[in-house]
Amino acid sequence: MNIKQMVKNNILETPPSGIRKYFDMINEMEDVISLGIGEPDFETPWTIREEGIYSLERGKTHYSSNAGFIELRQEISNYMNNRFGLKYNPKDEILVTVGGSEAIDISIRTFAGPGDEVIVPEPSFVAYKGCVMFAGATPVTIELKAEDHFKLKPDQIINAITDKTKAIIIGYPNNPTGATMDYEDYKAIVEVLKDKDIIVISDELYAELTYKGNHVSIAQFPEMKDRTIVINGFSKAFAMTGWRIGYACGPADALEQMKKIHQYALMCSPTTAQYAAIEALKNGEPEVRRMVEEYNRRRLVMVDGFRKIGLNCFEPVGAFYVFPDIRVSGLSSDEFCERLLMQERVLMVPGNAFGACGEGFVRATYATSIDNIREALVRIGRFLESL
Amino acid sequence: MEKELLSILKNNCRLSVEEIAVMLGSTADEVKAAMKELSEKGVIVAYNALIDWEKVDHEYVTAYIEVKVTPQRGQGFDKVAERIYKYPQVTACSLVSGGFDLFVVVEGKNMKEVALFVAEKLAPIDSVMSCATHFVLKKYKDSGVIFNKTYGDDREAVVL
Repeated sequence: MNIKQMVKNNILETPPSGIRKYFDMINEMEDVISLGIGEPDFETPWTIREEGIYSLERGKTHYSSNAGFIELRQEISNYMNNRFGLKYNPKDEILVTVGGSEAIDISIRTFAGPGDEVIVPEPSFVAYKGCVMFAGATPVTIELKAEDHFKLKPDQIINAITDKTKAIIIGYPNNPTGATMDYEDYKAIVEVLKDKDIIVISDELYAELTYKGNHVSIAQFPEMKDRTIVINGFSKAFAMTGWRIGYACGPADALEQMKKIHQYALMCSPTTAQYAAIEALKNGEPEVRRMVEEYNRRRLVMVDGFRKIGLNCFEPVGAFYVFPDIRVSGLSSDEFCERLLMQERVLMVPGNAFGACGEGFVRATYATSIDNIREALVRIGRFLESL
Repeated sequence: MEKELLSILKNNCRLSVEEIAVMLGSTADEVKAAMKELSEKGVIVAYNALIDWEKVDHEYVTAYIEVKVTPQRGQGFDKVAERIYKYPQVTACSLVSGGFDLFVVVEGKNMKEVALFVAEKLAPIDSVMSCATHFVLKKYKDSGVIFNKTYGDDREAVVL
């Protein structure tokens, strides 16, 4: 039997992440500085890890309810309210998921299928488009523009909407650009979306990593709350990537349906992670502030460094990415990253891995030590001079 | 700016003034001036490296000493504290609450040297009533930094 012939077309047609090949390359090399890994370099704060350990010691190794422990949902509810002024009922408006990734997947699958379109602004997190394709729906991409600082503009949405549009995925603070949307930015797109039958899937995993002003959620607009699924989690804010825990907040009628997929596919989020997450929300705030302060200092050094070596970049004020424009090098994003890696052993990710319109840019993360950032900038500068 | 500057230096005093300036949205000259002023005012007292002497061939012992003192009229504990902290063997000295008065850290080449210092210099001071010496056997953490921990990056190269 030819297994490949048995595979569904929409799976076959979905390309693997374009980042893979670089990671395969660095496995063979020494002394590589990686500005490529999209996760915190900090360990999960000890108070959080310890609660996970205690739960294991007490033998708390069973399933939780499908939606997650009610104590955790209550803490999430308090957090969303205190932090962003968003009120969600812990009973039926919050679903604890296996990372933000699962929440993205099931919210797309709940609303879009064959014949439907989902609007995916790019450059953006690589999973959005893949999840839309796995759902059998068609991704309709919007090309975000450097001159707009990669913000989403109302006319871009208007042009993308058809009578098949079921949902739009909005991800700010953004991976890979570090862009954010403020209140006025959202206000403009809310005008377009507020009276349409389109579900907004708002991926706000990087909300805590906002360095200027407060994070704004589109769900803060009263006319949007009942049509928006807000996705958040612990991976980025609390440095808990490996725990695999996130959550979705939204209207009860939506979550009830999403919960069915979650229930049959995953049962529940890992309970060790759930106990740890309760502690994160109760007592993790000072550690989050400490990490955000450190990210912010590195961010400023990295942006300044890129500009000084001649790479233009707008100031990203969210997540932990800088997205410099490398067109001055005369190389494509792929060539730039590959040659930089071979010549100077610095890994960055080509911008087109996050959508075709990311061509001409590269993603660098400052979720690494200041010493690494300093050395990487020296090497990148030397690389640019060699061209 | 002052507090933020101090917080940056506390964390890592080996950053260049240019880097610190970028972090503060300031200029290198301004940072230099601010650091000079903070040193002159005695806010920044020293820029020291934190060393795990266990890892080098270096004869060395530390003792934490609880000292009970009779305070002197009109001078409180300050005078006797001064007599004690002036010795170069004393690397730290604080007035503390609780069952004793001064918490003194003494360093020496070996236990005998420290014990002799306590017996011959510290204990005989007039207002010192008693000394309890605790030799440090192993240092796990100092100044917020865990010793004997590898700070390398062992994250797997993941795809996202």
